Amino acid sequence: MGVITLSVNGAAVAVPSGATLLAACRSAGIALPTLCYLEGLSPVGACRLCLVELEGAGRPLAACVSEAAEGMVLRTDTPQLVNFRRMGVELFFAEGNHVCAICVANGCCELQDVAVAVGMDHSRFPYRYPQRSVDASHPLFSLDPNRCILCTRCVRACDELEGAHVWDVAERGSHCRIVAGLDQPWAEVEACTSCGQCVDACPTGALFRKDDTNVTSHPQRQRAALLQEARQRHSWRNQGPPPP
Amino acid sequence: MSKPAPARLRCCDASACRNAGGLALRQALLAARAAAGLQPTSLAIGAVGCLRLCGRGPLVAADGPGGSRLWGGLSPEQAALLVAAAWVDADPPLALASPQASPPASPPTPVPPASAPLASSSDPLASYRLDLSHPFFSLQQPVVLEHCGLIDPDCLDQALAHGAYSQLRRCVRQLTPEAVRQEVRRSGLRGRGGAGYPTGLKWDTVALQPPGPRLVVANGDEGDPGAFMDRTVLESDPHRLLEGLAIAAWAVGAERGYVYVRAEYPLAIARLRRALDQISQRGGFGVAFTGTPWPLRLELRVGAGAYVCGEETALLQSIEGGRGTPRPRPPYPAQRGLGGAPTLINNVETLAAIPPILRQGGDWYAAIGAGNQASADKPASGATTATLGSRGTKVFSLSGAVVHTGVVEVPLGMPLRTVVETMGGGVVGGAPVKAVQTGGPSGGCIPAALLDTALDYEAMASLGSMLGSGGMVVLGPHTAMPELARYFMGFCVEESCGKCLPCRAGTVQLAALLDRFVAGQAEAADLDRLEALCAMVKATSLCGLGQSAPNPVLATLRHFRPEYLAACREEPRWA
Repeated sequence: MGVITLSVNGAAVAVPSGATLLAACRSAGIALPTLCYLEGLSPVGACRLCLVELEGAGRPLAACVSEAAEGMVLRTDTPQLVNFRRMGVELFFAEGNHVCAICVANGCCELQDVAVAVGMDHSRFPYRYPQRSVDASHPLFSLDPNRCILCTRCVRACDELEGAHVWDVAERGSHCRIVAGLDQPWAEVEACTSCGQCVDACPTGALFRKDDTNVTSHPQRQRAALLQEARQRHSWRNQGPPPP
Repeated sequence: MSKPAPARLRCCDASACRNAGGLALRQALLAARAAAGLQPTSLAIGAVGCLRLCGRGPLVAADGPGGSRLWGGLSPEQAALLVAAAWVDADPPLALASPQASPPASPPTPVPPASAPLASSSDPLASYRLDLSHPFFSLQQPVVLEHCGLIDPDCLDQALAHGAYSQLRRCVRQLTPEAVRQEVRRSGLRGRGGAGYPTGLKWDTVALQPPGPRLVVANGDEGDPGAFMDRTVLESDPHRLLEGLAIAAWAVGAERGYVYVRAEYPLAIARLRRALDQISQRGGFGVAFTGTPWPLRLELRVGAGAYVCGEETALLQSIEGGRGTPRPRPPYPAQRGLGGAPTLINNVETLAAIPPILRQGGDWYAAIGAGNQASADKPASGATTATLGSRGTKVFSLSGAVVHTGVVEVPLGMPLRTVVETMGGGVVGGAPVKAVQTGGPSGGCIPAALLDTALDYEAMASLGSMLGSGGMVVLGPHTAMPELARYFMGFCVEESCGKCLPCRAGTVQLAALLDRFVAGQAEAADLDRLEALCAMVKATSLCGLGQSAPNPVLATLRHFRPEYLAACREEPRWA
């Protein structure tokens, strides 16, 4: 396996060939915001927050799904990208019903963190206030679609890690929603093993443990990466977070 | 076109004429022929594909020793008259076929039905006659549509009699895949689905992938509002598409392929299905059409109503049985497509252009259109794209406020004005054209002042529109541009797959902003918000749908900004 050298915000970075631009940016110490990306799951490039500008490319690239190549010159912090990212986060807030004060994920929410990171103090877009109903049928967990940002981490975690494919996306566009089974109440889906990996993968408070409150919620978002690591090494003891 | 054989009535049996009662008219014609005691040998009556002037359907063409005549809008009650006219096939009307004989008909807006000089009182069908020497017909250059309207789309033998599959046979028996691709490269053909990617380059990319299976796909998910070019091909000459697809398979080394057609085209689906059945009944492509054991298998896949499935990666997902959502490119389908195999995806019209290109040669095709005219490079600022040129013909579907609605195939490089005003007859009622919308929800509009723009990829793009797939909607003076932009944004809101944020949530916010302009309740700051969000959605969306969703807004803002300004409320005055 070779090594690729590229430049990120003017600094030279070396990464193994096959690495993504996101890995390159992170190894350069640049905290690129992400929401749909989760280490251990296949990337989908849907949230469009990890966009970077590649010299010579027509439009920004999603770093999580773009492969690094020798000699690339990347920028992650142009005024345009900063602006687009903030608009993106505002769009997330405006399309759902995100009320941090009453959310179980308050304080451990990636959407909240990203909003702070991009400097969002209000949304310039009017809130849409969609009507969405909660599925609390499962004995251990609940789904509150009001807080869902359609990152599809739960879909991928259930499919790729647990192999149960309980979750999927129904409908189109702004009507999109996460559904269990064949759009059934979660408790009725026999494929669900109650493993909780979807809950651990959720970046917001859309999927949560019923016994969690905003004080005690304890997301384990590194779980997907740990599992992938364990599968690769055939070593099933939890040895802490994967080596950097 | 004119055969020495017996008189023949060709009844258009494509969707538009069917909707206008074409089926009943054809039944009535058959009954009238029987009543008149005529044999099918002396007067043939048959269904054919599209006769072009869809807005005047049901269309019937008559071929006789003196040439062809065309009628539109006849009712079944007039069948006997039409049979008589076709059978008698004599006197003055034949003059129509030769342009020299009727010069007065052309200069003063020759509206086809009222071709007055010929309307002799003796001909009761005179007011239904359509003038085949009218520019709408005479300026067309059928290449893709060369057999459309001449053959019965359900009849393989008629297609074969017109040369269907002869080029496939020649390719498989005499040409190497490389030789076929070279001919396509020479033709300068570019993707007719809208993006205009060089077809030969795409074929090479698939063919030159590492050894292994490959697939070919015909994209018939034509979904732009006002676009019905592919439907015309599929309904009129399905074997043409299959031959083009089979040749593509030969050229890239594929042995399996799919035709993907949207579910909203039931007639096209039925005809394709029948065409595929006819082929398998004769033992498949290999045995029946090439005389070799070439094991090509083509299958039909029907969409499920999602516009975004016209996007190639979403289309592949849909064929694989998944949810129709695009995925990031690269890898392009040419590198990794169906089941991970290199997959060639071409638009229906692109593939339908392949057989004539091989028959006449790539150079012949490249000589058609604007590709070798220096003037074609003029409007495009970037010289790199201009060198690709726009060669060959393109099918356009002409609709909207235009007098003559229908399908036209013209050489690229023709001025837009020729298509809209000379061929299309301008706006109904003689009102001036305000703009022409091209490229559907991904395109923009060309204002009347720029109607002399050439129809080529670069010139259209330089005006903030696009040649697009070929839908052309003519707008009259009463169309409000913010409303037009709102309509297309609403379309994108409904058709966004919802995978990526800018398209899913951004289009909703854009539609809400446009609502304020439509209602005349916008503020000056809304214009800035509109432009900023358009820029964001355009730059950051995952696939072509989102990336081009702001185009109708940006194009109307560019050419009709005063309309947006006029829709802004007066600023509140704090005195």
